[in-house]
Amino acid sequence: MVHLSRWQLFVVLAVVLLGLAFALPNFIPREDLEEAPSWLPSQQVNLGLDLQGGAYLLYEVDLNSVFEEQLENLVDAVRVDLREARIGYTGLAAQPAENAIVFRIRDPGQLEAARERLVPLATGASLRLGEDGAGRIELTERAVEERRDHVVQQAIEVIRRRIDETGTREPSIQRQGDERILIQLPGIDDPERAKDVIGKTAKLSFRFVLSDVTPGLDSIPAGAEVLPSDERLASGSTRQYVVRKRVMISGDNLVDAQSTFQDGQPVVSFRFDSVGAQRFGQATSENVGELFAIVLDEKIISAPVIREPILGGSGVISGNFTVESAQDLALLLRAGALPAPLALLEERTVGPGLGADSIRAGEIAALLGMAFVVIFMAAVYGLFGVFANVALVTNLILILAVLSGLQATLTLPGIAGIVLTIGMAVDANVLVFERIREEQRLGRGPVMAIDAGYRRAMTTIIDSNLTTLIAAMLLFQFGTGPIKGFAVTLMIGLVTSMFTAIMVSRLLVVAWLRRRRPKELAI
Amino acid sequence: MALIKRVPANLGLDFIGKRAFFLVFSALLLAVSVGSVALQGLNFGVDFRGGILMEVQTKGPADIANLRDRISGLGIDGATIQAFGEPDDVLINLPSQGETAAETQPLIETIRAALSDVAQEYRRVEFVGPKVGDELREAGALATVLALLGIAAYIWFRFEWHFAAAALIALVHDVIATIGFFSVTQIEFNLATLAAVLTIAGYSINDTVVIFDRIREDLRKYKKMALPQLLNTALNHTLTRTVLTSGTTLLALVSLYVFGGEVIRGFTAGLIWGVLIGTFSSVGIAVPLLIYFGLRRTDMASTEEEAARP
Repeated sequence: MVHLSRWQLFVVLAVVLLGLAFALPNFIPREDLEEAPSWLPSQQVNLGLDLQGGAYLLYEVDLNSVFEEQLENLVDAVRVDLREARIGYTGLAAQPAENAIVFRIRDPGQLEAARERLVPLATGASLRLGEDGAGRIELTERAVEERRDHVVQQAIEVIRRRIDETGTREPSIQRQGDERILIQLPGIDDPERAKDVIGKTAKLSFRFVLSDVTPGLDSIPAGAEVLPSDERLASGSTRQYVVRKRVMISGDNLVDAQSTFQDGQPVVSFRFDSVGAQRFGQATSENVGELFAIVLDEKIISAPVIREPILGGSGVISGNFTVESAQDLALLLRAGALPAPLALLEERTVGPGLGADSIRAGEIAALLGMAFVVIFMAAVYGLFGVFANVALVTNLILILAVLSGLQATLTLPGIAGIVLTIGMAVDANVLVFERIREEQRLGRGPVMAIDAGYRRAMTTIIDSNLTTLIAAMLLFQFGTGPIKGFAVTLMIGLVTSMFTAIMVSRLLVVAWLRRRRPKELAI
Repeated sequence: MALIKRVPANLGLDFIGKRAFFLVFSALLLAVSVGSVALQGLNFGVDFRGGILMEVQTKGPADIANLRDRISGLGIDGATIQAFGEPDDVLINLPSQGETAAETQPLIETIRAALSDVAQEYRRVEFVGPKVGDELREAGALATVLALLGIAAYIWFRFEWHFAAAALIALVHDVIATIGFFSVTQIEFNLATLAAVLTIAGYSINDTVVIFDRIREDLRKYKKMALPQLLNTALNHTLTRTVLTSGTTLLALVSLYVFGGEVIRGFTAGLIWGVLIGTFSSVGIAVPLLIYFGLRRTDMASTEEEAARP
């Protein structure tokens, strides 16, 4: 233990120098870092949202609506097909809880004909037809899973496009679990706007208004529904329209949308692709004088009269817009609709002021805590305390270096983890020094005492640190958010403190021992 | 010059003779903890109960009564408003309203609108839906149980079952006493404080393992010494280290408590309490329990001797 081989010395020096190189960028302003040669490490510690400010948003994709819609479409398709083939049926209905639709063929003699008709519809689903005519089409588990993956993936794409349009720097958008999406927006100053932009489904459709049916008075014909609009009536209630369920053109056919002004009012101009333009032209030329509704997420933004056929494939949406809401709508239309609605499950936003305060408080606490421990150790152990203190400072540099090098995220509880490690890091040295004291008391000379001290304390140091490391690893594995951040610094701190306490302080002690050759140790 | 020179190597304190006193003290501590949790429960933070937390910096010193009136005027149930560190810093806590996230979340906007003329900056806004709150609570409980079992498994692997059982009981003791601390003081219990509880488990086991290691070594060294005396010797030999390490850790934590800012003050308070309790439990519970578990020298020696034979 008192003999350190050349390569051990080399490893310790290399680790400490590397540590310095990786820790250094944290003390240099970002602007200057860009001018440094590229072979030098230039990464700074990655600050968590609680330290640099920003928004953390956890959304759930409402997949039920997706599957309900898919089942409704399947019901429609079955209805149309059986009717065309003149096959009688009853009880055709969707069973969303089981991802299935059920029906019954009236005449068992037509079972084969029905099967022939229905098999092509049941792609990604299993079709069963009983002898008694009971039929059931159930989506297969694999089809459901694939669809779910596709929808969530698509939702992430759309969200990414929307966030990119707002110009947020370094957003992180991740899938979490089966149907959740975690969005982290560092440094954002208006989280409400971000939520408005992300959370809207933005399903746009152009549909015809049934202007001869008055909502609330007449019965609503099949294939139509009542939707609210942005307009206010004189009585103060919102105006409602009866619109066809059938969509004339959907937002999928849009290729561009921009916010602009018309007669001094903010409006959104849009342009269709060629299919959309053709369909829009045809529909408007056949229905001059009628009203059509522009529907966004089951709400009518405006319901203008068709004065003349619109053939150019572009138009303008005017409604109750402010400049900002017109910009947001244009952005949403450009980025496309979400494949399913999103529900906000969790939201955490931290203003830049609190983040900066937390960093400052954490720095002060860490430096003062360190100063206390350093003074304490020097007072209690004298020269040996100074050796331990050198190890402690090295430890802090290494923690910073590993955090920067791995680009692990430093959070506020993470800073607490570092401060805690500062307190605990001297433990290994205390263990060693106490052992040395004991060995000395047993009559051993300095060299023997130091040798035995390190040797005997070693298993204890490894045992005690490994148990804490196990706890930290489990915290990291099963913990969330702040717990993870805390576990990261604790784990790093445990490993670096073992290294510095065993290798760095020993190197110093041994060097001192060789140079001074003391007759007795001052502890 | 080094103060440690003045500390005798063996203070000769009789820890084992006072074990009844330690165990009674622990029993009382546990009774108070469990009683407090049963009677007044924990002051769950927004992470675990769901709802809304807003930290608002007001323009000038905050008029809390006025803010309270404004928010109760909105017809929101169960809101609490309190000062937070600085005179212009206010914390608004809202429980979940209804079963779904959609019923609570819009209240953030409602409150922002109601406070728009007095609010300078929203330092923090946290919203946790009821579903996520439940999940976080379950995940937290799972992490705690797994951490404890993982630690006990490692001790079992490295020592004998007596040690693992004694360590596990001491650990559970520390966890319950720390949770009790949060219940008695009604300091907010959130994800960060849960991390504190688990750290205490890690710290306390660190302490216990150091002493156990020494006991194991002494069992091999002093073949004829009676167990209570042997345990006392091991405790006394490691006492300086126990006190010094707890001391430096407490120094760092106190600095964090005083200067680390309001947000983690509750978390640090729990850590400080836990270091004290963890140190106590290693000395006062884990070691005496070895006697009650009937640890004998043969339990340790057998494997060693077999290994030594060719």
